[in-house]
Amino acid sequence: MTPIGYFMALSAILFAIGVAGVLVRRNVIVMFMSIELMLNAVNLAFVALGRSVGSMDGQVIVFFVMTVAAAEAAVGLAIIIALFRNRETVNVDELNLLHW
Amino acid sequence: MTIDFPPLALILFFPALGVVFNLFYGRKAGRGAVNFVGTSVIFLAFAVALWAFAKLRMMPPGGALAFTLWPWISAGNFHVDIALRFDALSAVMTLVVSGVGAFIHLYSCGYMAHDEDYARYFAYMNLFALAMLVLVLADNLLLMFVGWEGVGLCSYLLIAFWYSNSEFAYNGRKAFITNRVGDAGFILGILTIVGALAAHGVWTLSFVGMNAHADLLQPVAVTAALLLFLGATGKSAQVPLYVWLPDAMVGPTPVSALIHAATMVTAGVYMIARLNFLYRLGPDAMQVVAIIGALTSFFAATVAIVQSDIKRVLAYSTISQIGYMVVGVGVGAFAAGIFHLMTHAFFKGLLFLCAGSIMHALEGEQDMNRMGGLRRKLPITYTTMLIAALAISGIPFFAGYFSKDLILESTYTSGHIWLWLLGLVTAGLTSFYMFRLIFVTFHGESRVASEKEHHIHESPPVMTIPLIVLAVFSIIGGWVELPEGMIWGGAFSRFLAPLVAGPVTGLMARPAAMAGSNLSPSLVLSAVATLTAIIGIGIAWIFYIQVPALAGQFAESMRALYNVLRRKYYIDELYDLIVSRPLFFISTYVLHRGVDVMVIDGIADGLGLRVEESGEAVRKVESGNVQHYAFVYLLGALAVAAYYVYLVIR
Repeated sequence: MTPIGYFMALSAILFAIGVAGVLVRRNVIVMFMSIELMLNAVNLAFVALGRSVGSMDGQVIVFFVMTVAAAEAAVGLAIIIALFRNRETVNVDELNLLHW
Repeated sequence: MTIDFPPLALILFFPALGVVFNLFYGRKAGRGAVNFVGTSVIFLAFAVALWAFAKLRMMPPGGALAFTLWPWISAGNFHVDIALRFDALSAVMTLVVSGVGAFIHLYSCGYMAHDEDYARYFAYMNLFALAMLVLVLADNLLLMFVGWEGVGLCSYLLIAFWYSNSEFAYNGRKAFITNRVGDAGFILGILTIVGALAAHGVWTLSFVGMNAHADLLQPVAVTAALLLFLGATGKSAQVPLYVWLPDAMVGPTPVSALIHAATMVTAGVYMIARLNFLYRLGPDAMQVVAIIGALTSFFAATVAIVQSDIKRVLAYSTISQIGYMVVGVGVGAFAAGIFHLMTHAFFKGLLFLCAGSIMHALEGEQDMNRMGGLRRKLPITYTTMLIAALAISGIPFFAGYFSKDLILESTYTSGHIWLWLLGLVTAGLTSFYMFRLIFVTFHGESRVASEKEHHIHESPPVMTIPLIVLAVFSIIGGWVELPEGMIWGGAFSRFLAPLVAGPVTGLMARPAAMAGSNLSPSLVLSAVATLTAIIGIGIAWIFYIQVPALAGQFAESMRALYNVLRRKYYIDELYDLIVSRPLFFISTYVLHRGVDVMVIDGIADGLGLRVEESGEAVRKVESGNVQHYAFVYLLGALAVAAYYVYLVIR
């Protein structure tokens, strides 16, 4: 069986890529995808850890996460479309109405 | 014996109803409704007071009616209730306050008929009646103090009633602040009593309770009595705090009659009589009370003889007469003091109402030099004022005769020969200045300004009826206390005796001179006092009727003395110099410019500026860039994670 360490390392790498994407990219859609990546990194950790301790809980939680992620994707994309229609841009640097 | 008598609360309820109605609905309801409600509530209170009085008369001597409305203060063992007590002393006071007050309210309907602010006027008057009734009906010292402060407030509001005149407003403040000085003494007196009783585990301020534990008060008796008396000198206008009363005359005249003659200013006398058990324990304090009273009464009478403002003459006369009452309670004749308080309420209230009637006829003229010859034009006012003047002068069978006589007699028989002599001279001065007022105002040639001359008119019935009623009482009011041995002689003293009678340590020693006399001392003293009064009237008659030029010549030949009296011994100037000016100086230069502007404003402004500056610095952190925030959030999350990792690997 593949040691748990590999799964955790992969999960950490994916999560780090997601964080970096959210922090450095300026395109809202890319930031959104990076968030999805972080969610999936966490899902991977859940499933791997669940299996290593012999529990189904991890997998059950992953279903919940996927459900929520689907809902979030729908709402998030809707917001982005609305944003684009109004401002003709998806660059966060130009979305600064609340900035002093 | 004490009976629970809930209707007592009605005596307070009716005036309170009047206050609420006049204050909130008065303007909407109109003049007629305000006059009707404002006056009738006091008559209703008077009716309930009569009912309670009838009930009290059916009880054995020493009985009382009581009613507790609700608990007020409850702190540990210390309990004070909003409780009323209607015993002989409060009965007399309640009847005087509501009775005389009712007729003065009625008179006000006519006097204030041309004033736009009638609703506010009646609201204040009703509030005054309420506060005064709380004062006299209070069952404990603390509730009495509530009434005490309440009447002080109403006095201020009504002195400064025409507040758009800045001098009137100033006089109102003067009265209020002078009273504050006295009230500080009153509070300290209450605290002294509480402290002395609490030290022995007695937690009460009710008059009955304090009386029962009077022995515990012995160590503080003189202190407490003098502190409370300081309060009385403020409220009752005695030396050294009398200065506000003459200036209080700028208020409407019925106010002067009700508050500054008949009721409020006598509260100090009532307080001393009520706490007679305390004063009895401190003969030294009583000595001070008696001396202050006699000095005040003499001093004020000398000022009154040269004033030309009709209300000012009456104001100094009031100070002088209250001085008599204070002498009475000071020499241990508490019943006599209260008796004079009652008769004084009749005749001095009447004198003020008559002065108001004259002013009404002369469109507000107060200077006696511009009156004269009004006798024929104002017959009712003249007759009633003459009766009041005879009563205050102590002419036999008028009310003032019995009460003033009783005080002078008690002063003499308690061994205060000098005070008696001073009182006697004051009696002579009193009849002199009163008849000076009568002669100058009503007799001789008219000196009224010609444009006012033709519409001098007698006041309407709503004003003359109170005059007549009070005139009747100025005659018969004294008959409740005929000399001992006549028909129901001494009835008033006997009625009050269970509350105020009792020995005063070291005061009641009869002077040796009296021992060998065959004549009844009271008869001799009475004859002397009456003679003095008649001499006073005689001199006034010579000065102002027989030889009118004489008064002017007299003033000319003693110009220095005349000026001193005319300027009221320069006391106002003196107070201005030693109290007002230093106070204004300290307030302006030390407290305002020093403490207020530099220290307090400095701290407040400095704090504000620092906050503004630090805000300016910190707001740079808010970039508005979501990714910055997310990055900080990440750092935080990493820090928390690192902490847990550290916990594990440690």
